Amino acid sequence: MAGAEGDDSLYPIAVLIDELRNEDVQLRLNSIKKLSTIALALGVERTRTELLPFLTDTIYDEDEVLLALAEQLGSFTVLVGGPEFVHCLLPPLESLATVEETVVRDKAVESLQKISQEHSPVDLEVHFVPLVKRLASGDWFTSRTSACGLFSVCYPRVSSTVKAEIRQHFRTLCSDDTPMVRRAASSKLGEFAKVLELDYVKSDIIPLFTALASDEQDSVRLLAVEAGVSIATLLPQEDLEDLVMPTLRQAAEDKSWRVRYMVADKFSELQKAVGPEITKNDLVPAFQNLLKDCEAEVRTAAANKVKVFCESLPEDSRETIIMTHILPCVKELVSDTNQHVKSALASVIMGLSTILGKDNTVEHLLPLFLVQLKDEYPEVRLNIISNLDCVNEVIGIRQLSQSLLPAIVELAEDAKWRVRLAIIEYMPLLAGQLGVEFFDEKLNSLCMAWLIDHVYAIREAATCNLMKLVEKFGAEWAQNTIVPKVLGMANDSNYLHRMTTLFCINALSEVCGQEITTKHMLPVVLKMSTDQVANVRFNVARCLQKIGPVLDSSALQADVKPVLEKLATDQDMDVKYFALEAISVITLINGHTVYDSM
Amino acid sequence: SEHACAGFYQNKKTFFSFFFILVCDPADVISTVEFNQTGEFLATGDKGGRVVIFQREPQSHRHFIGEYNVYSTFQSHEPEFDYLKSLEIEERINKIRWLPLHNPAHFLLATNDKTIKLWKVSERDKRAEGYNLRDEEGRLKDLSTVTTLQVPVLRPMDLLVEASPRRVFANAHAYHINSISVNSDCETYLSADDLRINLWNLNITDRSFNIVDLKPENMEDLSEVITVAEFHPHHCHLLAFSSSTGTTRLCDMRASALCDQHAKLFEEAADPSHRSFFSEIVSSVSDVKFSHSGRYLLTRDYLTVKVWDLNMENKPVETYQVHDYLRTKLCSLYESDCIFDKFECAWNGTDSVIMTGAYNNYFRMFDRASLRDVTLEASREVCKRRAVLQPRRVCVGKKQKETDVSVDSLDFRKKILHTAWHPKENIIAIAASNNLYIFQDRLTPNGHHNTPEIQSAPPKWQTQPNPPTY
Repeated sequence: MAGAEGDDSLYPIAVLIDELRNEDVQLRLNSIKKLSTIALALGVERTRTELLPFLTDTIYDEDEVLLALAEQLGSFTVLVGGPEFVHCLLPPLESLATVEETVVRDKAVESLQKISQEHSPVDLEVHFVPLVKRLASGDWFTSRTSACGLFSVCYPRVSSTVKAEIRQHFRTLCSDDTPMVRRAASSKLGEFAKVLELDYVKSDIIPLFTALASDEQDSVRLLAVEAGVSIATLLPQEDLEDLVMPTLRQAAEDKSWRVRYMVADKFSELQKAVGPEITKNDLVPAFQNLLKDCEAEVRTAAANKVKVFCESLPEDSRETIIMTHILPCVKELVSDTNQHVKSALASVIMGLSTILGKDNTVEHLLPLFLVQLKDEYPEVRLNIISNLDCVNEVIGIRQLSQSLLPAIVELAEDAKWRVRLAIIEYMPLLAGQLGVEFFDEKLNSLCMAWLIDHVYAIREAATCNLMKLVEKFGAEWAQNTIVPKVLGMANDSNYLHRMTTLFCINALSEVCGQEITTKHMLPVVLKMSTDQVANVRFNVARCLQKIGPVLDSSALQADVKPVLEKLATDQDMDVKYFALEAISVITLINGHTVYDSM
Repeated sequence: SEHACAGFYQNKKTFFSFFFILVCDPADVISTVEFNQTGEFLATGDKGGRVVIFQREPQSHRHFIGEYNVYSTFQSHEPEFDYLKSLEIEERINKIRWLPLHNPAHFLLATNDKTIKLWKVSERDKRAEGYNLRDEEGRLKDLSTVTTLQVPVLRPMDLLVEASPRRVFANAHAYHINSISVNSDCETYLSADDLRINLWNLNITDRSFNIVDLKPENMEDLSEVITVAEFHPHHCHLLAFSSSTGTTRLCDMRASALCDQHAKLFEEAADPSHRSFFSEIVSSVSDVKFSHSGRYLLTRDYLTVKVWDLNMENKPVETYQVHDYLRTKLCSLYESDCIFDKFECAWNGTDSVIMTGAYNNYFRMFDRASLRDVTLEASREVCKRRAVLQPRRVCVGKKQKETDVSVDSLDFRKKILHTAWHPKENIIAIAASNNLYIFQDRLTPNGHHNTPEIQSAPPKWQTQPNPPTY
């Protein structure tokens, strides 16, 4: 219904503009996302004088609309007339930087950071810096938190007088009354330190860091840990000991577990930042303490870092440190009371074997693996099993196989189906590592047992597992070991098991190839077409459709077609439906086959 | 002034004068009352799931601090049905807590038994005008007249107060939520039900952390339930929760992620001489409030209010009898279920006076320095505008004065469960069934109680001049 007499090209834009204030949020959102189209149509002049003032005041809107607006404005410079006019974007972004919704504020800050780069040095001081100062001294904490993220983008490009002011503003925010602002300052401290001259890092940032790291609120202190890591990377080695380490040491022993957790979580970064000497003297004992922490969350975080920490130890003393300092703690963690700690350890402990080499692995690590393989929590055992490849490279899996087997069997029979599902997923990997002989002897029966599990998800995974095993061990192996068993289930009294046969054939026909499929599987499928349960019959139709491409055309014509035609006249609606579907698909394939061979 | 309220207890004759009544729709029994951090706003929640916010008008007379008028009313919760458990979920607002100020808008958390909602209450005084394709009445324009694009402009309009739900924190409580409390870190808050306390981030609705869990493996071993939980006003790692056994525990969240191990346990050894069938029921703590200073805990049980010093666990530093005369009536109070009433308690702004509710629409105040106390009545008969509240006396035996009320004539259906004290000034809000009473200290607009002038004349609590319609 575009205006016939009016200007046709105006119509779509007019709709977009009107929908900026539609009742429906979705329409407003769509319109905001096409803001560049509107601006383009209005031209730079009207965008600056009419559209932006309107947008500056629309902060009443829903978060998602404001979020989209904040994002759009970050790439609006061209639409307001280029870098010369980029400061026109500041008012709407300034109001967005004060809303209560964190995601919107963060996006506004991101856009402000982006357009700050498009300001000339003069504009930056005339327009951008005053905005940062306004935000930094705003009444509401929302504006002050936003300011924290803007100092680092303008600092490098302003005069030294303004630099001094910016540093002063940042200092003020670091001791703000509200914890929200101190948290924002704490989280931006590292970023700000990076753009400061080294002297000011030492004279300004270090005291701020020390203050924030001893804030009365642990939510502030924990953010200072990350800042500490960034600051450490900036300082020359000789200053670290005096300026950063006392605070970091204190953080590692903080009364609040959340702060210690943060230290454990950032340990690898910290290790990299302080270098090998401090690592040897300070971090090793600190890490030991974290591994022995009284709070399980902290031990979990530290346990997760065991491998990376050991890997990054200085090479000359790596083995000694691990053997004398780390391994004793690891040994304790293996029998920790908390399952998450043990589980975290189990997911990385195998990685130590590559670092320690064959002899140490056999002597020291293997006993730990064995303990974890027998752990009461399935997740711990699963984590060990899922990382077997590391050990395999170093000592071969045979060393473990005696303990591995009971662990696998137990997981395979776990009462929780999700645990059973998880272990099935590792079967192909295990089969590859253990070899066909071991597999046939010990694990094959498990794989077959899953096919008659009472949970469908397990039967389905077991079917898929068989396919992957055949991919590994080959068609001949399949024919000798699993195909007879699968086909045997076709005579089971439980129709669910009979259907499993069909599902297995669906999965196996392609990997087993034409001969096995035609000779062994097809007769069974065809025979099942007279099953008394309709679910089985329509799955026969689906199965025939699935294995059709594997069969040759004579088998399709002679055996499959008559059966499908018969099923197509079945009394059951679903059977009929799937039979007809199979016929049409197979005819198509068959046609192509004939055509191709001509 | 350290003991701002001391003045009016020193004078024996009259105490409070008062001030004004807000009358509500009879269906809406007020279920919670809460001032915001500045005292400029007061929120009530009711049984019908409604939240009503009152705003204090700017000061106009010399002696009257601005009165409170309705600012915004909105439906926070609707009745729901839990199909899994075949349980109705009432819409009744159990608690309201204001968030610290973010920006010009105001935020509050309101909870019913199961679901906590974060509301934003904001003002709007501009609206956009100018459509391209429609006129202001919404009629389509003749498209041939549309030759240029028009950007809408914002024009001033009458002030509009909007309440919008910002977040819904649901599905975290198997039992009924009895408390919510915002942490001083302004980032997290807790919610407590009968057996568990969860910790939430105000920005995250799909996840909460369980920090206290009293649920025994076997529910038959259940020996206590959580009655209230509150964060410390300044230390973001401290929280207190009380239980039906009369204990209050202080937990330090720094020590461990799970606060099952308390840092301190506040419990008074039971007096064997008072031991009876009802001992445990009446010792159940119905409310806990940290003092503004953070040094003390105020707990209310059925018969008393107690002040605990955080540094002394084995007994309260002060115990005040709220209605000791009921001790002989516990049997009939048990039969009428009144014994399970959950009275709240409140501190005044300087932590020098304590207030709590009682029966017969009476409420009690205790001055901690002078140890004087007073019983006042909040009812429509006595609370005439600008009227001065007269102290009441309940007598056990024979009436000594005309105005005395005998224990036997107390109306136990009229109870004051929910009370709140303005964070800085002597203004109190009392919810009695479906009426909200706000009383203010008449002579002391700025809380200067101990000027000589005021001491010579007894301070008055006075009703507000014009009762607003609710």
